Amino acid sequence: MSKRTIEPLLWILFSAGGVLAALLIPILSVLFGVAFPLGWLAPPGHEQLLALLGRPVSRMVLFLLCTLSLFHWAHRFRYTLYDGLQIKHLNELINLFCYGGAIVGSAAAGYLLWQVP
Amino acid sequence: MAQRLLGAVGRAMSEPPAYRQFHPRWHRRRMSAWWWLKRVSHLGFILRELSSIFVAWFVVFLLLLVSAVSRGEGAYQQFLTWSGSPGVLLLNLATVIFVVFHAVTWFSLAPQALVVRVRGRRIPGAWIAASNYAAWALVSALVAWVTLGG
Repeated sequence: MSKRTIEPLLWILFSAGGVLAALLIPILSVLFGVAFPLGWLAPPGHEQLLALLGRPVSRMVLFLLCTLSLFHWAHRFRYTLYDGLQIKHLNELINLFCYGGAIVGSAAAGYLLWQVP
Repeated sequence: MAQRLLGAVGRAMSEPPAYRQFHPRWHRRRMSAWWWLKRVSHLGFILRELSSIFVAWFVVFLLLLVSAVSRGEGAYQQFLTWSGSPGVLLLNLATVIFVVFHAVTWFSLAPQALVVRVRGRRIPGAWIAASNYAAWALVSALVAWVTLGG
């Protein structure tokens, strides 16, 4: 008899996060992480960003991006620790740190995006 | 003599080990924690896995931006100054490199994970990879257009 696990669900979250992160984070990190701070491009004004974040669709996209990317990180990082560093005996602690971190981060993302004026 | 020795060993350990009769002994070679440095393909694997840390960092960075924008003009200006400080800038440069590496490896692997058939014929993997890259370009252009004010 095979035991039912939540592993398939975690894998789906991992791959959904992988797709969203691959599509969105490169351009966002180039713009906000490098191009604006280095002055290659003029950063958008406060009013404009506020208006952009005011739209439900952009909040929804950002929420999905944050949540799924965090679960993507949790899953991948967990296996990096397993395989890369060969620490399998700290199983429970690693799972708690990874998935717990993703859940806390998702809650924070939900709160921060919800309270945008 | 042997009895006494076994007894001493037994006492030295907190729990007596459970022996299984006729069980073969495993021969397991210890793996070094640095096994992935020995081959380029293994190093690529670990670097790809490490890209997830930068993905997580960017989520934190993005949420700090959202928080600053909702706290007002002053907080936003402060965020822009902070993001230009050398440490943050360096971290974000590394983030760009790792995240692009993640995207490229992700989209290139997609044909292996995704088998699409049309009228019983399998669509070539190159087409699937190409459509992924096209979607990437489209989404990037859209995000840049929306962010830069159209």
